[in-house]
Amino acid sequence: MNDVLLTIILIVLKLGLVLGTVLTMAAYMVLAERKILGRMQMRYGPNRVGWGGMLQPLADLIKLLSKEDLIPEGADRWIFMLAPAISTATALLAFAVIPFGPSVQLFGRTVPLVICDLDIGVLYLFALSSLAVYGVALGGWASQSKYSLLGGLRAMAQMISYELAMGLAIAPVVMASRSFSLTAVVEAQQTLPNMVRHPLAFLIFLVAVMAESKRIPFDMPEAENELVAGYHTEYSGMRFGMFFVGEYLNLIVLGSMLTVLFLGGWYGPLLPGVCWFLIKVLGVAFFFIWVRGTLPRLRYDQLMAFGWKVLVPLGLLNLLITAAWMIWRG
Amino acid sequence: MATLLFYILAAIVLMAVLLCLTRNNPVHAVLYLVHALFGLALLYFLLGAPMLAAWQVILYAGAIMVLFLFVIMLIDPDLFEKKASRGRFRWLPVGFLSGALLACGGVLIMMDPLAAGGIVRYRLSPRAFGRALFDEYGLAVEILSLILLFAAVGAFHLGRRHKGKEDAS
Repeated sequence: MNDVLLTIILIVLKLGLVLGTVLTMAAYMVLAERKILGRMQMRYGPNRVGWGGMLQPLADLIKLLSKEDLIPEGADRWIFMLAPAISTATALLAFAVIPFGPSVQLFGRTVPLVICDLDIGVLYLFALSSLAVYGVALGGWASQSKYSLLGGLRAMAQMISYELAMGLAIAPVVMASRSFSLTAVVEAQQTLPNMVRHPLAFLIFLVAVMAESKRIPFDMPEAENELVAGYHTEYSGMRFGMFFVGEYLNLIVLGSMLTVLFLGGWYGPLLPGVCWFLIKVLGVAFFFIWVRGTLPRLRYDQLMAFGWKVLVPLGLLNLLITAAWMIWRG
Repeated sequence: MATLLFYILAAIVLMAVLLCLTRNNPVHAVLYLVHALFGLALLYFLLGAPMLAAWQVILYAGAIMVLFLFVIMLIDPDLFEKKASRGRFRWLPVGFLSGALLACGGVLIMMDPLAAGGIVRYRLSPRAFGRALFDEYGLAVEILSLILLFAAVGAFHLGRRHKGKEDAS
């Protein structure tokens, strides 16, 4: 009986810890982005609420919760209301398989620092990232607004195209570590991170991830000077907030994917594993913010051509080379 | 237990497909089809092929259905004119189907289909799946992929823009 109780306590503890950390991180990621972008554009960014702006996420939350929840006339009510939930839920569910540290000894038993180590973890992540399109697409469609519809359409086309490149970039990593389990993928990188071993796959994955997160060089779905705000034009209050938080959750998910698949996961000198994992994820997030502050937006045809005519052939070539290398080495 | 779950899932899939066929709104039809595909994925999982279940979700629910949705949103201008169907309980079928799917998924995670006995005989590991696909049935897979390639080339040919003709007219 004690054993069962301990198992349940451990699961609840892990779930609570991961959810709490991830949601807080997403909230502060918004603040960090605004602050860093501010610095890059020679201004201060939000610095009025709390110590140097530290309570800004809380103030934003209160503001969003107290706004009116508008549903446009003629909108498909249920789909309109559920779409933001889909986009947040798919991002949150992804954390179930991400290993954020090596196993630890707790209450006299070995506890792996991952909620559920699926033996098809890579495919699970991939499936969730392909389902994330639904939130955006349905939100855009259900709003009954032309801007939203165009945003949804763009998001769908973009995410399908870049997912292909993403899959092609993941394949060599899976081949090299001989497993679909994310823990096994990390353990295969103990001596050398995959970033060094598969540099081309890393670059393809990095670009694909940026496109999947719909961030600036690839933010066609919400290009504010053409589409008002794209798929979430008609959303207000907390429903908009859910789209917004979902976007930043997605940023953390994709950062974690990059860390686990290419940056060696929790491995690093001196510091404990979890610290290294966090440092790497935050580093990736900082890189994304930096890119947003630096690069202009692509044109839509450039975006599509780049995905299909550059990334996909490069990914196929890389896959071929890796396979040939593995067969040659035996 | 596994057999019972099999029939429940099969019923859910059939119901979702029937609802998909009878909808007026094409987007709603696609959403019901997504439910059916999820049900199929759970069936594969129940029958001991988690890998196949994952691919079912990635390829069918994640890519092909999104393409369907894309085409519907792109080519159907009437969609804007159509009046949204009214009624207080029209969320009921969707709610029921998703709830049932979630419940079945939960049960599937909790229990080990292999240990439950009944219709499930063995579990297919990713390695065995790959072997079967490219070793045992390699020729069939190659022929199928060739057919798909022909179809893609044919579609490309039909969809090609005839530059000369446009200039003439």
